[in-house]
Amino acid sequence: MAEMDTSGGGHKKGPGVKKSKKLSTRVDLTPMVDLGFLLITFFIFTTTMSQATAMRLNLPKDADKPEDQNKAKQSGVITVLLGKDNNVFYYEGELETNAANFKSSNFHDIRDVLMKKKNSVKELKDYVVIIKPSDECTYKNLVDILDEMTITVSTRYALVDILDIETKLIQMSEASAANN
Amino acid sequence: MGRAKLPRKSTSIDMTAMCDVAFLLLSFFILTTKFKPAEAIAVTIPKSVAAKVAPTKDIVEVIIDKDGKVFLSMDDESIKEVVANTLNSTKGLNLNVKAFKAAQFFGAPFAGMASYLALPEDQRKGNLLPGIPVKDSTNNELTTWMSAVVNAYQGKKPNFLVKGDNIAKYPAFKAVITAFKKNDILKFQMVTSPEGVPVGTDLWKKQQTGEKREE
Repeated sequence: MAEMDTSGGGHKKGPGVKKSKKLSTRVDLTPMVDLGFLLITFFIFTTTMSQATAMRLNLPKDADKPEDQNKAKQSGVITVLLGKDNNVFYYEGELETNAANFKSSNFHDIRDVLMKKKNSVKELKDYVVIIKPSDECTYKNLVDILDEMTITVSTRYALVDILDIETKLIQMSEASAANN
Repeated sequence: MGRAKLPRKSTSIDMTAMCDVAFLLLSFFILTTKFKPAEAIAVTIPKSVAAKVAPTKDIVEVIIDKDGKVFLSMDDESIKEVVANTLNSTKGLNLNVKAFKAAQFFGAPFAGMASYLALPEDQRKGNLLPGIPVKDSTNNELTTWMSAVVNAYQGKKPNFLVKGDNIAKYPAFKAVITAFKKNDILKFQMVTSPEGVPVGTDLWKKQQTGEKREE
């Protein structure tokens, strides 16, 4: 290789020159393939395919005067309260004075409750969900319940501040559940 | 009857084609991969069935971490400059505008902003910072922040995003939406990770019939 061929072009090699052995140009590519697939798996696992999605939330403008506030028919209203430790409570219509219609639920069952309510109202436009998150509930609970609105196609819902009486009821029923 | 002898074939296969495929895939994955930037604020976002991809341009993002601390982040540097100038003139904070523009996110009370900006970037970690005070309803500093941001955008609508941690408590979120409402920001989006629609629900039926979802 390092020698220079000083003889003229096309001249046949002399008898003293050894014939170099023809080496095969084929290389075993198996290790290269191994390496390739190793890197592929690495990139597949580190890549984040799922992009974050965004959930829209439109807030109503605060109505100062009570007559400006939206009215909802009592028969179509269901109020969902969010307590601590993923507890969900609900009542239909207005809260009775003895809290007889105050019921306890969880994030799994609330969908059925909402569906039942939705199917039982006479006119769909009367179906309103009022969501009242307590101070103890988490951001996840809120997103979950808003997601439930999308899942059950409840287009009319409102986020409302919780009343003191409702906070007390939640605390009472949580306390009694803990005792049992 | 003698059977015809099968010629013995070599077991080694030509690997060239396989190698080609492997490296083609490899280059595809290298090029499409986007490494997650190391986040200074650790937030585990909740799941939802929302299908719309979160916007990445013109964003004003409010981050609520797991302790309910609130941070603000913006992507537009020119907007940040205007915000810094507004805060300097209205609050008399005397902030370093250059450092303000370079900051990835903000998470300190106004009183501590100057020293916050003096911190080197790699020391601004979510768990060590005080966050923007929002809990006190009479002195919700996020309201001031948001009004400066809305001013800076001058009527244009940026994408307001809220990114909350799963276990952040509701009062922090409520304080954020109060700050939004006070500045007439009534439309915003919550960042979630995608999840499949449960089978048999109304939304699922809607999708089966091919109806478009209004988001």
